[in-house]
Amino acid sequence: MSLLIAGGLVVDPAQALASPRDLLIEGGKIAALKPPGTIPGDGRRVIDAQNLVVTPGLIDMHVHLREPGEEYKETILSGTWAAAAGGFTAVAAMPNTRPVNDNAAVTRFILEAAQAAGLARVYPVGAISMGSAGQSLSEYGDQKAAGAVAFSDDGRPVMHPMLMRRALEYARTFDVPLIVHEEDLDLRASGVMHEGRVSLELGLMGIPAAAEEAMIFRDLALLQLTGGRLHLAHVSAFGSVALIRTAKAAGLTVTAETAPHYFSLTDEAVMGYDTNAKVNPPLRTAADVAAIKEALRDGTLDAIACDHAPHTSLEKDLEFEAAAFGLIGLETSLGLSLKLVHDGVLSLSQLVAAMSTNPARILSVPGGTLAVGSPADVTLMDLNRTWQVDADTFASKSRNCPFNGWTLRGRAVMTIVGGKVVWEEM
Amino acid sequence: MEFRRKDLLGIAELAPEEIRHILATAASLKDISARPIKKVPTLRGKTVVTVFYEPSTRTRVSFEIAAKRLSADTLNLTVAASSAVKGETLMDTAHTLEAMRPDLLVIRHPASGAPHYLARRLKCGVINAGDGLHEHPTQALLDLLTVQEAKGTLSGLKVAIIGDIAHSRVARSDIQAFIKMGSQVTVAGPATMLPPFLSSLGAKVTCSLEEAVTGADVIMMLRLQLERMGQMYLSTLREYSRYFGLAPRHLKLAQPDVIIMHPGPLNRGVEISPEVADGAHSVILEQVTNGVAVRMALLYLLIGGEKA
Repeated sequence: MSLLIAGGLVVDPAQALASPRDLLIEGGKIAALKPPGTIPGDGRRVIDAQNLVVTPGLIDMHVHLREPGEEYKETILSGTWAAAAGGFTAVAAMPNTRPVNDNAAVTRFILEAAQAAGLARVYPVGAISMGSAGQSLSEYGDQKAAGAVAFSDDGRPVMHPMLMRRALEYARTFDVPLIVHEEDLDLRASGVMHEGRVSLELGLMGIPAAAEEAMIFRDLALLQLTGGRLHLAHVSAFGSVALIRTAKAAGLTVTAETAPHYFSLTDEAVMGYDTNAKVNPPLRTAADVAAIKEALRDGTLDAIACDHAPHTSLEKDLEFEAAAFGLIGLETSLGLSLKLVHDGVLSLSQLVAAMSTNPARILSVPGGTLAVGSPADVTLMDLNRTWQVDADTFASKSRNCPFNGWTLRGRAVMTIVGGKVVWEEM
Repeated sequence: MEFRRKDLLGIAELAPEEIRHILATAASLKDISARPIKKVPTLRGKTVVTVFYEPSTRTRVSFEIAAKRLSADTLNLTVAASSAVKGETLMDTAHTLEAMRPDLLVIRHPASGAPHYLARRLKCGVINAGDGLHEHPTQALLDLLTVQEAKGTLSGLKVAIIGDIAHSRVARSDIQAFIKMGSQVTVAGPATMLPPFLSSLGAKVTCSLEEAVTGADVIMMLRLQLERMGQMYLSTLREYSRYFGLAPRHLKLAQPDVIIMHPGPLNRGVEISPEVADGAHSVILEQVTNGVAVRMALLYLLIGGEKA
């Protein structure tokens, strides 16, 4: 069956396109992209997309789907449903499941479950080290052959500098990127939130921004030594942005992402000991938020990824110190990011680059463009629809969302994966 | 004035007039403890439960005596942190206790914010008897009462707080309390124990004990927790004592009528020399006496009267 998306504003940075177009989907691929009114609608499902924005399917390159092992928090089915509801046609699934995805069998299991779900695509990320224990390298070659697109010990840093060096070299062997969680655990110690005025007032142990910056500095030095592809996960701090900017100017092959909570919230959100605002890296200050926005604007940060981290009341309805780090983001990521467009921080093309084109490029996966012949992964957005965040209506199984009750402007109204409409809220 | 709170969680939430009201109430209740029969029927039929997730003798006993002097029934629950880890959640413990219909829960917990967490979810009142590094409001109130008695005022004083500010809930509550009442606070300690942003609380910050105590009306020494030695905060006890221990020579730098305070228990010879602890300027035992009065006042204000 063919699908005609008629008259929408097509924004596709890969083709330097931001104009009204008709988009024809046939056989799961983009069949044609032509000026409005030039593709006949007879015999096709026609979607009137005037007043809508049509973009390559959004890709969130950093989510935790919790399956296998913690299905009470999220499953591949519920997580990819949340992704589709948030406008994402694909997600990269971090390996800190139980068991850890450090071998081809787990990678294949994830891919099979995702296929059975039939919603957003899932790109498994394998572990940098066996069991993500930071001791020895896992099997990058086998896992890549099974479908892993990158390697990460996310949730934990690679503390051992020699293991990090070898991981960079071994990843270069198989031409896969490493995605690193940058945090010096000895500097974090028992910290539970950003170290600053708010942590002082709340009497909570702080995590200094230096814990992130010091590890980024180390890994940029190692990248200089080894070559390869290094991607920095969830960048949160002013100083980190400055390091990345300098490294990129020097020609290092580093890319980086941030998450919507790092440009939408500060450590003030922790006041009242709200455990939904407990996340690692921690929410920082207004100066950090400003630096993150500027870095998205000038391209120092390549991608927006939400670090969707489902937890239930078992992990969150506790004393602040005892609660788990992490918040969910798939269903609010686009709405929060569109605020950057409404506020004039990013152009629509920059937003689409950060949420689709660049993640596809960094992970070397299909999609990220609506060029003819590409997979028909498409997101339709209504930039002006205002809606209220209500975590109780989320597709995700978890509710740990610090944005509950917020009013957001703009959301995905249709998510198309491989030519199939997987979510629709026209 | 009317005191309309369900809970007493921290100094941060209190307005200066509420603090004055608590202190005035405490002063009026103080003479009960000096009578031959130290008991009034004010809280007869009320139940106060103290739940301590950290070892404590003086605070727990002080609350218990305060409750008994007002004729409340008291029950003490001391929960070893290790068994709490294995057993039920804080919330379940609190709900279980609440189901027995106490009027007030007094809680000490190693996690900052734990009393706030409970207060939001329980119908009965909650008093914070110390939460993590965050606040110890009843200590700050008894400190204020002690200073007011000694100085006749709480405004315009120079208050020095010395020691491990970073890990001290007493310091966090005292800094706010003295500043709210119009005094000036200087904190001193090794930089490892002075968290960044201290000045945002309105305190002056220095690494020199001598500088902090010069011209001081009040010197508050904090207990050094000896486990900090193993956590890279300090070199040796000998050096800590030499640079941050209060000795008789320091008193010459302060006001002639300076008072010396300490929340206890003392590490004699570490943060305070025996000569100073037992000397004429020390009001350490008055602090303990006033602790009972302040806690009586809070019990009375929270669950006495008709509003319950």
